[in-house]
This record gives sequence, C-alpha cells and structure tokens, in this order.
Amino acid sequence: MLKEMNDFLVFENISKQFGSNKVVNQVSFSISKGEVFSLIGPSGCGKTTLLRICAGLEEPDTGRLILNGVDITALPPNQRKVNTVFQNYALFPHMTVIENIAFGPKIAKWDKKKIVSEVDFFLDLIQLQEHKNKYPSQLSGGQRQRVAIARALINRPLILLLDEPLAALDLKLRQRMLVELDNIHDKIGTTFLFVTHDQGEAMSISDKIAVMNKGNIEQIGTPIEIYEAPKTSFVAAFIGDTNFFEGTVCELINNEISRIHLDGFPEITVYNDKSLRSGTKVYLSVRPEKINITRAYPAQDKPLTNILKGKVEDVIYLGSQTKFWIRVADYRLAINKQHTSFLLDEQPIKWQDDVWISWNPEHGYLLDTYAETDENLLTLPSE
Amino acid sequence: MKCRNGFSKYITIAVLIFFYLPMVIMTINSFNNSRYGVEWSGFTLAWYKQLITDPKILYTLMNSLIIGISAMVTSMVIGTLAAFAIHHYKSRIQIFHQALIFTQLGVPDILMGMSLLLFFIAIHLRLGLITIYIAHVTFCISYVSMVVLGRLQNFDFKIIEAAKDLGADWYVITRRIFLPLISPGIIAGGLLAFTLSIDDFVITFFVTGPGSSTLPIYIYSMMKHGSPAVLNALSVLFLVVTFTLVYCSQRLIAPKKTR
Repeated sequence: MLKEMNDFLVFENISKQFGSNKVVNQVSFSISKGEVFSLIGPSGCGKTTLLRICAGLEEPDTGRLILNGVDITALPPNQRKVNTVFQNYALFPHMTVIENIAFGPKIAKWDKKKIVSEVDFFLDLIQLQEHKNKYPSQLSGGQRQRVAIARALINRPLILLLDEPLAALDLKLRQRMLVELDNIHDKIGTTFLFVTHDQGEAMSISDKIAVMNKGNIEQIGTPIEIYEAPKTSFVAAFIGDTNFFEGTVCELINNEISRIHLDGFPEITVYNDKSLRSGTKVYLSVRPEKINITRAYPAQDKPLTNILKGKVEDVIYLGSQTKFWIRVADYRLAINKQHTSFLLDEQPIKWQDDVWISWNPEHGYLLDTYAETDENLLTLPSE
Repeated sequence: MKCRNGFSKYITIAVLIFFYLPMVIMTINSFNNSRYGVEWSGFTLAWYKQLITDPKILYTLMNSLIIGISAMVTSMVIGTLAAFAIHHYKSRIQIFHQALIFTQLGVPDILMGMSLLLFFIAIHLRLGLITIYIAHVTFCISYVSMVVLGRLQNFDFKIIEAAKDLGADWYVITRRIFLPLISPGIIAGGLLAFTLSIDDFVITFFVTGPGSSTLPIYIYSMMKHGSPAVLNALSVLFLVVTFTLVYCSQRLIAPKKTR
C-alpha cells in the first residue's frame, strides 16, 4: 500500500525525439500521491514534453507511464484521468465561464444536478461567482487562469498538470496566484505536476522538485535539498546564485573537514561528506548569502572557519539586502548581505573598501559534476 | 477618421455618388409609369407585377437559384477542406495549392469561360445546367477558402488539445468546438459564393447550353428585345438580395468585439 502511495505516477525510461533532437532522454522518476511536484529547467530542457506525454498529447518513443498502478502509455488523452491547465489557458472563447467549467462533466455525462452543484462549488473556490456568465474575452488574465484551473479540476483528475500556468501574468498577480494555487491544492488535495522555468515559483509551491537539463533529470529533491545540496553545477547555478571553486583535496584535517588547495586562491576548508581522498579533484559551491562580510576581522565561532581578506569591486544596494562582488586573489566572489539593522546609523561597506569575508566549512557544498558552461546561468556579472 | 481638409470627404462622396446614383435612378425608374423612364409619369407597381407573372423570368430565376445553391454548398465543402489543408500542412505542394487558389481570383472571367468551354467540349460534356454548375464551383471555391483561411489563422488550436484533455472525442470537438468557431467563416464564404454565382454573366455565357439560361443571361437578352422597365424592377430585386447577402457575410467575417 505504501509503495503505491509513493509511486502514484511513474515515468519509466521515457524518451522522446523530434527529428534528430533528443528532447527527453531515458527519464525515470515517480511522484507520490497528493504532492506538488515541479519540473523545472530552462526552455528546451524537455519539461513541457514530459508533461505533454503525461497528458497523452505526445507519445513517448520508449518507456512506460504508470498512473495509480495502471499502464496508461497507450491511452489517448480523452481517456486519462489526467487534466491540464495550459500555458495560455486555452479557454473556449465561445463559451461562458460556466460552460467552460462544465465542459468535461457534460462530456462525461454526469447527472445534471451534480454538474450544477459541482460547477457552483468550483465557482466559489475560484471566487468567480459574479462573473460566471461572462465570456473569456471579458475576463482579466488572472480570472482566465482561475477558470482554466477550475475547468481542469472539476473532472477530479488523479493528476493535475500545470504547464507554466503563471507565465502570462505580471509579477504581482503571479505571486497572488501562487498563493491561491497553494490554497486550492490544500483544499482539493489533487496531485499537482507543475512545469515552470521560474525557480522561485517552483521553490515556493513544491513538495519536490526535479531539475531538468537537456532532456535529463539532474536532481530530484525537496526545495531545501535542491538549494542547499545541489549535485551538479547546473542545479547549483540554475536554482539561485552561487560561487564555484575548483581545487584538489590536500589534507584531511579530521573525519569531517578537509583542506582544499586552489589555483589562484588561498587554501580553504570544506565539509567533506563524500569522504574524498587526498589528491581528489573537487568542485565546490558556496551560496552568496552563506558568506559573511565585515570591516573588522570577524569573531571566529569555529576553529576552521575560512577567513579571507578582499576588496569590494561592485555593490548593488537592494533595500533588504546588498549584493557585493569581492576580489580575493584570482577570484571574484558574490556575497549577499541581509540587513537586519538600521543602516543609516552605520557606516555601510562601500566600493573599493577592504573587507574581511568568512564562511564555515559546512557552508560550502561539494558537487558531483561540474561544467564550465553552467556559469553562464549565474546572474552575477563575470570577470 | 477625421478629414482635415475636406478633400478626402468630397472625393469619398463623389465616388459613392458615382457608384450608387445609377442604382438609385434605376430603383426610382422601376416604380415609374413610363416605359422608357425618360420622365416621371406616376408611381406604379405594374413592372413588378409583370415581372412575377413572366414564366420565362421565373424559369431562369429557378435555374439561377438551383445553380447558386448547389454551387454554394459544394464550394463550402471543398473550399473549407482546401483551407484546412493550406493552413495545416506547410509543405511545398500546399504553398503551390494556395497560389493556385488565389491566382484564380485574378484570372479574367472571359479567359475562365473560354477555357472551361474548351474543356467541356474536349470531354464531350453536353452544355447545360451541369456545366454551369461546375464552372461556378471552380471560381466559388477560391472565395470560400480565402474567407475560411482567414478564420483559421485566428484560431487557437491549443483549445483542441484542451478539449481532448477534458475528455472530448473527435465528434464532440467537431460539433462543439470547431463548427461553432469556424462556421461563421464557412457561411460567410458560402454567401459570398452564392452572390457571385447568382449574378455571374461572363463565365455562364460561355458554358450555358440551350434551355439552361440563368437569370443574368436572360436579362441580357431582355435588354435587346424586352421592356427596360421590367428589367429595372428585376434589377432592384437583385440588388436587394445581393446587398442583404453581402451584409450578412460581412457581419460574419468581422471579428467579434471584445471587452
């Protein structure tokens, strides 16, 4: 029973090729019942294709798709207990809100009374009772979005697929809709498969995230796992910003902490959870907000803290935080400082200041793989 | 639109007068009690009475309607299918197909009439209603597919996927999504085709056979040895029908007002 819950929807060795372009490459993963699962990646990574395969709008070249223990790979879209919220809503322009929402139930030949009461329930849920007789062209973007969600959810799908559902909305509305989506999920409890290229959306709504790149899944995990412990440089750079270091293990200080030698940078300590031996080449990611920046030599709370001297090369003040770019030897490090004090009373760190930066060994994370091109994903200006 | 110096306004008025004054005069004359309409000699409906009691007119009108309706229906079907093919497949053949359909709009009627006549003679088809029907279908297809194509270009095919996703099969998609959204284009194209068919003279003149005169052909012969006043009445009726149909088809083609 437990197994069934964990493997509610299983993608098994799914591949898809368009011409000579391998869009999805032998992908396998599973989604648990009731969770919000996000597929995230840059455009062209294959996430939308996976979603369309799940909806039945695209047929995989290889592999199987198992929903609730049943192989649905060969089922046409109109026979799957799966519904989709399309990117640009795809509402029927010649039907009113009510008719749009009742479209699925009418085809399924529900009892008339049941249709009326269910449509009513969903109109309440999406708060569009007063607009129920309007046509899609008379609604705002956010309202259309909500109709699209209700139209899909009323069929009580086992899985609700959301294809970049917020991409067409402006920023403020997007955040509101995100909260609303979350509320709807809490009320209905349907499993959500959410496709987006926006890491912020995925992080805030998901129970689990799969990061995709070039038709492969690079990592699956909770938002915190993905952010704090990225397996690859792609994941580290795509989800948030980071600093990459390339070096070799030169000394195992104790069971947990090793010293690393770098070219063009002082030696640093790192939490070696992968028990790498001396001489192993390593790639390290340190998130900008994990690094402290101070004018005075920092108080050392742990014996092996990395403390380095640097010079401020760029400053961007953003109100709640400031982004610094600090020159240390051959490296240019990005640092985010969150402001918790009243800055007017202080002497803030300025351009060209000499500063001390510090971070604890466990604040860096050792990557499994590294590709230099992934640095292009960072929002920081490079050298 | 604002006319800054009135010039374009006067030109517009002049053009409209040029277009429609003859029709106005014709309309007035159709109620004129004078046979040749040189001067006003009292109001009468006599010409209309004569018109609806003339068996020859009713017979040719019948021919025109038979051909007009059948050519309209046929070209609606074929033209719609052609528009779908052109819209859906972007192959080289379809580009060629599109070019062929649209150049037909520009081919002179006299050329089409002649070539169709030669064709019918070559395949030994007896000239009559059937040849007129075929000829009319050939030029009506172009108009229907042009109008339907315009409709298709504004059609969001994502909603077909949405319908499938919501459980619709092809029958439901066609009946509840496609037809309601595309049919205004098909009907507008059909009405256009009907008006073109019902008053086509040149092409029909070439491919008509004995006993299969259409109304425009008959009008032409009346010009030579008939009563011009009856002709006026007939033309007025013709005008009314044509204007109504064109108006309807314009209403259908025009995009729906949003917001």
